Amino acid sequence: MFLGRVVGCVWSTMKDRNLVGQRFLLVQPLSPQLKPTGKRQLCTDCIGAGAGELVYWCRGKESSFPFLPAEVPTDSTIVGIVDSVHDQQC
Amino acid sequence: MLIARIVGDLVATQKHSSHEGCKLLLVQPLNLDGSDRGDAVVAVDAVDAGVGDRVLLVTEGFSAMTSVGRPQSPIDMAVIGFIDNIELLSDAIPAAPQKPAPKKKSQRQA
Repeated sequence: MFLGRVVGCVWSTMKDRNLVGQRFLLVQPLSPQLKPTGKRQLCTDCIGAGAGELVYWCRGKESSFPFLPAEVPTDSTIVGIVDSVHDQQC
Repeated sequence: MLIARIVGDLVATQKHSSHEGCKLLLVQPLNLDGSDRGDAVVAVDAVDAGVGDRVLLVTEGFSAMTSVGRPQSPIDMAVIGFIDNIELLSDAIPAAPQKPAPKKKSQRQA
């Protein structure tokens, strides 16, 4: 899983029928110091995250498991809203 | 499976129900020489690891889910063991690429 911040959302009307009702959020991956790292990613959302929130998201086939038994064709999903990060690297 | 070091943890109240009761760790993957390999990731803890520990990190769904005993849950990374010691052949770490020596003045003019 990866840390990220929700920076926007995407609307789509013509899409796979299994994606109907899904929210698409743009997520900026972050380092533990909460600095942007890497490219923005489009994620589905299973917990109701909102704009500006610090979240963690998962990648791959596992990202469709929150929606079971529906088979949602997604490869990244927000699975938690982060309250606090304790980085003790330094 | 990667060699990694625990650098912190994070707290999340609102999360997928299958993550409840799991400790979430910030884990920095490492190269063989101990330097950082990419960015730190979030992994579920399966072995009660703590900050500073050198650990084994799996980055694939099936192994991560089964190691924490939560099949069919959205978990793609888990800490599954501690590393006590790493033995390496002396030539196993590739040498850093050397910069080409600066050309002499006489060669530049030629």
